Amino acid sequence: MTKSLLLVGVGGQGIILASKILVSGLMKIGYDVKMSEIHGMAQRGGSVTTQIRFGEKVYSPCIVENSADLVIAFEKIEAVRWLDKLKKGGTLLVNDYEIYSLPVLIGKEEYPKGVIEKLKEVVEHCKVFDAFSVAEEVGNVLTQNIVILGALIKALGIDTIDWVEVLKENIPEKLHDINIKALKKGMEL
Amino acid sequence: MKKIMSGNEAIARGAYEAGCTVAAAYPGTPSTEILENVANYKEINSEWSPNEKVALEVGCGAAIGGARTLVAMKHVGLNVAADPFFTIAYEGVNGGLVVISADEPGMHSSQNEQDNRLYAPHAKVCMIEPSDSMECLDYIKESFKISEEFDVPVMFRVTTRICHSKGLVTLSDREEVGVKKYEKNVQKYAMMPAHARARHVVLEENLDRLRAYSNKCSLNRMEMNDTKIGIITSGVSYQHAKEVFGEEASYLKLGLTFPMPDKLIKEFADKVDEIYVIEENEPYIENFVKAMGIKCTGKEVLSVCGELNPHILRKAFKKEDEGAGYDVDVSLPKRPPMLCAGCPHRGIFYAMSKYKDLVVSGDIGCYTLGLIPPLNVTDTVICMGAGFSAAIGLKKAFQMGNVDKKVFGVVGDSTFFHSGITGLIDAVYNKTPITLVILDNSITAMTGHQENPGTGKTLMGEITEVIDIEAVVKACGIKEENVVVVDPYDLEKTREGVEKAYNATEPFVLITKRPCALIKEVRKERAHLNCEVVQEKCKKCRMCLKIGCPAITLKDGDILIDKAMCNGCELCKQVCKFDSIVKVGE
Repeated sequence: MTKSLLLVGVGGQGIILASKILVSGLMKIGYDVKMSEIHGMAQRGGSVTTQIRFGEKVYSPCIVENSADLVIAFEKIEAVRWLDKLKKGGTLLVNDYEIYSLPVLIGKEEYPKGVIEKLKEVVEHCKVFDAFSVAEEVGNVLTQNIVILGALIKALGIDTIDWVEVLKENIPEKLHDINIKALKKGMEL
Repeated sequence: MKKIMSGNEAIARGAYEAGCTVAAAYPGTPSTEILENVANYKEINSEWSPNEKVALEVGCGAAIGGARTLVAMKHVGLNVAADPFFTIAYEGVNGGLVVISADEPGMHSSQNEQDNRLYAPHAKVCMIEPSDSMECLDYIKESFKISEEFDVPVMFRVTTRICHSKGLVTLSDREEVGVKKYEKNVQKYAMMPAHARARHVVLEENLDRLRAYSNKCSLNRMEMNDTKIGIITSGVSYQHAKEVFGEEASYLKLGLTFPMPDKLIKEFADKVDEIYVIEENEPYIENFVKAMGIKCTGKEVLSVCGELNPHILRKAFKKEDEGAGYDVDVSLPKRPPMLCAGCPHRGIFYAMSKYKDLVVSGDIGCYTLGLIPPLNVTDTVICMGAGFSAAIGLKKAFQMGNVDKKVFGVVGDSTFFHSGITGLIDAVYNKTPITLVILDNSITAMTGHQENPGTGKTLMGEITEVIDIEAVVKACGIKEENVVVVDPYDLEKTREGVEKAYNATEPFVLITKRPCALIKEVRKERAHLNCEVVQEKCKKCRMCLKIGCPAITLKDGDILIDKAMCNGCELCKQVCKFDSIVKVGE
């Protein structure tokens, strides 16, 4: 059975690195994997998504309407933006974190209030966490993406693999300790 | 060994394994990572060329010289390289020549979604289309062999979903093929009319041989399942079709798509009851099938606009709709791309935004974003290099209509080397009184920081000469007094420069010089610099919000600066009339 995961957020949040680590883990346990990324026009600030599909044999790299088993949002209104991809009964993971886009920053549009409450109302399997605070606690806010990766791995329930090893293979050595800490904290969320 | 690779990485690996020795490109999404990965293989001499035409001409020379050669570009890049592309088909190759065209259905980061498959019959080159990363690797190796055996260049056509999707690939060792012997042959390699006439005939013969091959080669294959529906498809569309129809349908999966395999299509059509042609954008395969007198369904139910996906196919062919999904009642603010915090382009655009009657011809790069609020500076964007040349046209139209409007043309450093330079020469030669603004941020930023002739480094990491833009501008005939170089972080000087440019009556060049804020060394250097709002002094006039910096926020009535994002460029400090912004961390 093919599973589809959609990772969404904002450019600069480290979504692509988190996806890469996840994919190399899935590959190790013998899955066929396809990962597709669309980075917008700018290095930073635009909406970024990666789509991961894994299973015995994967054809299309695209996740379409109502077909993602799991959507994980690195920023909370991005969860709303991509919610139509989530399968009915699927799982939504949301990082309770706000990044203002330009129209919001200059006061042209408003950042909506009560997003988390509304998401929880509508989606049966919705889990919310605050990866920024956890990353801060760990000692580097830049590990937020790895905290989120930890939460994602836990939600997937794929524990037949040494994720710490996979993590180490994908990041520079001097950052190993802090990221391992972040991953473990994330897996406890 | 198995690895997970994007299509672009797999193409680079395929070139390596095929014994490719020369590669050239100009960066452009979604093709950029091909050469970035090729450059990791030291056996391949690879370069960033100033533009795609130069890249292909380097490629033509290398192939004639006997090297297996790869040239990569995005779809619009092939327009730039179209001139040599058509003629190299007449000359043929010596070492194999593979030209990658990375098309972009859906236009995630392009100005149009042209379907470059139509180039193949027009230019009379062989076309090969892979449908995933593994095929990218395998088919590149095939492409070099076909190019040499049939003496034709091969266009290797991929799309964003192939380039930027990762899949599993099996790696092999490199096959050293060396560089073939070069022998002078002007009848073949020098296209004066008499030679070209003869070569056209040879080319048609080669294509005939290739057509016969297309009918029997393994790149074009039938997958027979249930025969009620037969699907003819190529590229990533094959994957979407398999996802939706699985074994309910039979497939004619095309990998070599010019010349088209006529006999194979006929044979397949005879085996199935009904034919669907599934392809993105133009009805390239469909028109061929219909011209053979075979009935099929394609663009009646599929749009020529945008990408395909399984959802679209289900709706179009099976009349299935997934129905409504989750819906939340939240009105979402848009998230458009924007100039980064500390981007040096902000200062010049801000200074230009003060002249409301200014007409600005923009170009392709980060600075295309000068068109969005709150800067709202740019009027037109056409293609690489048009920043200057379209400005000339705009000015001419205004002159003819007796409209007194100042026109600025804007290009980046990489774009200046790409094709801005010829517009500059035109402006000087034809005495068009416009201002050419060159935003020199010392890198090709939009595509992710590639080196260019102005950066002092090659793709292979060698230190090289820096082409001095100011000297080039002067050498092209812009007078000494009509060139101003400013640091766009210095708003006062930038304003003065813009004012001088605005009032100029002759061709004028304004160069802004400041490296991109995201260059690694720049980030390191400025890591501890940032600006801060002194809340007691802040009058909440919101002037600082007008520069559109993502680090400045209005929260609960207060102006705040995000310390982590800010790099201390001080533009906000310079627009604040109440001295309420201070720089910290010197």
